[in-house]
Amino acid sequence: MEQELKKVDSGHQEHPIKLYLFVWGLLFVLSTLSYLVDYFQFQGLWRWGLIIAFMLMKAGLIVAVFMHMAWERLALVYAILLPPLALLVLVGLMALEGGHTFGTRMLFFH
Amino acid sequence: MSSIPLTPQTAIAAAPHASSATAGVRGLVADWSSDRETFHVSWGKAMMWIFLLSDTFIFSCFLTGYMTVRVSTTVAWPNASEVFALHVAGADVPLLLIAIMTFVLISSSGTMAMAVNCAYRRDRVNAATLMIVTATLGEVFVGMQAFEWSKLILEEGIRPWGNPVGAAQFGSAFFMITGFHGLHVTCGVIYLFVVAFRLLRGDYEKAGNYQIVEIAGLYWHFVDLVWVFIFALFYLW
Repeated sequence: MEQELKKVDSGHQEHPIKLYLFVWGLLFVLSTLSYLVDYFQFQGLWRWGLIIAFMLMKAGLIVAVFMHMAWERLALVYAILLPPLALLVLVGLMALEGGHTFGTRMLFFH
Repeated sequence: MSSIPLTPQTAIAAAPHASSATAGVRGLVADWSSDRETFHVSWGKAMMWIFLLSDTFIFSCFLTGYMTVRVSTTVAWPNASEVFALHVAGADVPLLLIAIMTFVLISSSGTMAMAVNCAYRRDRVNAATLMIVTATLGEVFVGMQAFEWSKLILEEGIRPWGNPVGAAQFGSAFFMITGFHGLHVTCGVIYLFVVAFRLLRGDYEKAGNYQIVEIAGLYWHFVDLVWVFIFALFYLW
């Protein structure tokens, strides 16, 4: 019942301090790990894979717990989290465009 | 015309509410709201989220622009690991300052989360103290960024239009992205100090509403969130 009430009135976000401390610790660990990726000079696919994985895990923890998205109603969650997916299209198009520019530069200036 | 079942006339007749709709600006508002509420949160929180969404698009455009110039340049991109190394105890430690900045910002996010918790428990002295700690950590972050910028500009000769270590686009991408993020941190520090001051003065106790602390927290966590992406995509990539 208590849980149910909180779900309906998501205006009030009160969660145990312990959870915040745990996430804080996790963020420290993940940051250290991503720093170590550079420190030990991982290269190639390992480097990109690890950097992206740690980045997404950190972002997920911040949004879900610190910003309370995990306890918000779906109407708000989808309104905020779905639109940024459109950016993937932009990134894809610009990667194609950038590759093309690189190709023509190599062709005409090198 | 009359053979089509839904002419404007019949449509209005079918929907009794439409015929009684008010005209002018009031009508405009009524039509858009229709007494329905989509987000069951306070308007302040919903608006902060929508602002943060728009900010997400701004930062994403910067980062996408950075990706585009980095992909398309034929000159080697400067090695961030070396450019941002600090000389400590006779050795170059890669990205040391950036790592410290990252930990400082994450810590400030942690204290902010606890400040929100305290505020909802109406513990306004602890909430305000934690917010001031958060803002101070943010200020430390901006200070370290100022140090980083002056080191890059004065000692390494990095300019928005060129630099001695590699592709000319490095400087413009770096100053644009970290500068805009630093501006956000600075605004956040001011915002947090203002809210902490009002919290201590008892404004929210009087109104019986402490949600403004959570809304300020959303902004602060977002600043930390953006740094996560900048750290990964600009410094580590």
